[in-house]
Amino acid sequence: MATTTAESASTAPLQAAAHGDRDSRSLVFLGLLWGSLAFGIFALGVLLVNTFIEGSGRLDLMLFVNYTSQLFPGKAGARAAILGSLMVIVVTALLAVPLGVAAASYLEEFASRENRFARFVELNVQNLAAVPAIIYGMLAAGLAVTVGLPRNTVLVGAIALALLILPVIIVSTREALRAVPREIRQGSLALGATPMQTLTRQTLPAAIPGIATGTILALSRAMGEAAPLLLLGGLVFVTYDPNGLLSGFTTMPIQIFDWAGRSQIAFRELAAAASMVLLVLVLAMNAVAIIIRNKFTTSR
Amino acid sequence: MDSATISMRQMETVDSGRTISPTETPRAVLTCDDVSIYYGSFRAVNEVSMDIGLHEITALIGPSGCGKSTVLRSLNRMNDLIPGTKVTGTISYHGIDIYGKDVDPIEVRRRIGMVFQKPNPFPKSIYDNVAYGPRVTGMKVDSMDDLVEKALRGAALWGEVKDKLKQSAYGLSGGQQQRLCIARTIAVQPEIILMDEPCSALDPIATARIEDLMLELKEKYTIVIVTHNMQQAARVADRTAFFTAEAAEGNGDRTGHLVEFDLTTKIFSNPSDSRTEDYISGRFG
Ligand SMILES: Nc1ncnc2c1ncn2[C@@H]1O[C@H](COP(=O)(O)OP(=O)(O)O)[C@@H](O)[C@H]1O
Ligand SMILES: [Mg+2]
Repeated sequence: MATTTAESASTAPLQAAAHGDRDSRSLVFLGLLWGSLAFGIFALGVLLVNTFIEGSGRLDLMLFVNYTSQLFPGKAGARAAILGSLMVIVVTALLAVPLGVAAASYLEEFASRENRFARFVELNVQNLAAVPAIIYGMLAAGLAVTVGLPRNTVLVGAIALALLILPVIIVSTREALRAVPREIRQGSLALGATPMQTLTRQTLPAAIPGIATGTILALSRAMGEAAPLLLLGGLVFVTYDPNGLLSGFTTMPIQIFDWAGRSQIAFRELAAAASMVLLVLVLAMNAVAIIIRNKFTTSR
Repeated sequence: MDSATISMRQMETVDSGRTISPTETPRAVLTCDDVSIYYGSFRAVNEVSMDIGLHEITALIGPSGCGKSTVLRSLNRMNDLIPGTKVTGTISYHGIDIYGKDVDPIEVRRRIGMVFQKPNPFPKSIYDNVAYGPRVTGMKVDSMDDLVEKALRGAALWGEVKDKLKQSAYGLSGGQQQRLCIARTIAVQPEIILMDEPCSALDPIATARIEDLMLELKEKYTIVIVTHNMQQAARVADRTAFFTAEAAEGNGDRTGHLVEFDLTTKIFSNPSDSRTEDYISGRFG
């Protein structure tokens, strides 16, 4: 009996304090948080349902195998846009990933804190991340004109998107590298490995899950981006498959933008259907990123 | 003579090794001469002079923060990895200043390996952990399998892992991981092995195994061990260096220095400095 009383006497003030935290102000705040969350989910839900209802009629095979058409929206498809999006994303990845990983490795593993050049690069990576997407389109267009390339080509589009996602890749790669325990690097160096061997054989492989996750998320963002590509011009009405770096192309967001702006209902249905496809693609990429992350965090 | 008797005899020499006392002055492989070590402007260790004897175990003991790890890291230039460190004085390895202008720290670390406080196996298979060093250093090996086996046997781990060489090293116990790290280190055939409190994360049984292992390894290697555990120093070390840190004049920074360096038997039975005696009898630290 005596012990029970002693226990309840000593825990009672703790419980009181815990309840004391839940005063009316924090309850209001909690309510607001839930409210905003519910509003966000509701808006998203309405948008999705709306798009689905509008586009479900055109979620057919023609959407995938036909080119766009001015005259027959009922038979038009997003073939050129789907292929264009995939091709541009692949080229974007080929440009941005090696560059971003190399820059992050330099900043994180080799440059010292006092290195002026490294500080300068670091500052500019942060600046780049804050630049509006459309500026990258202007930059790539300017670059193309300077070197005498046609603007509306896969390569130039990929350059614009690669510049856009480079900061994201650099930042997420640095974070992934930072998460690799220092002991691993020390263990490697203590065996007589060079810093470069340590990077390529220990640190980078250990950081791959993080790098892959960040990269896929960045690419899925690039996939949905229309603004920088619109600046390259001439990308809206494409009725052929992209067939090379210097081929003309269009992408799904641009195609959707074009269709959605037309007055016929059939085109808007087409836009809604293509939006669903784009959404599924982007969600699938995000899902892959999440799977990679979970797989590697649990197996450690 | 079969192999069992050979290993029995080796065990004997190891056991009796405690009674055959090392020579009064060590046959030095590594010599520290007036070595001071700085982190930025903070002098962590002041004017250490000592000789590390060939095929001996040298223990560095002293209260925490007195600079044992700092001294140890300076012996194979692992402290180069900490920005702002500076070493003055000379540390010579077979007479060559390892901080000399044309000395490559990579080469120094190949010859003077290091085992860390916390076991730090690579996130790879047991086999690849051991094979990593020989691979990156471009060692010429006839058979990597043989080399891996030899290193694992040398670290008294072979019997426990021979059936799971392809499994992740993270599946091993802490003590096994630490022996794997030792195997990994001896796979590149260094001459000296530095160990920074290698048993502090281990239970007493795993600790005893590592201590036995050290006594075996000293036949082939020279070992420098930092330890918090005075019994451990008394059990394994031929020579013991006692460090302490005293507040420097002026500011409150504590600079570590070497108080006494002598045969372990002498340090533990008849130290010449009263601070050593106080420390080993547990009066401070
Ligand atoms: N990386 C570092 N940067 C700055 N100071 C350090 C660093 N490592 C150790 N020190 C300082 O150097 C002194 C000696 O540390 P250390 O060699 O770790 O001692 P011990 O291993 O004997 O406990 C301590 O005052 C510690 O704060
Ligand atoms: Mg220490």
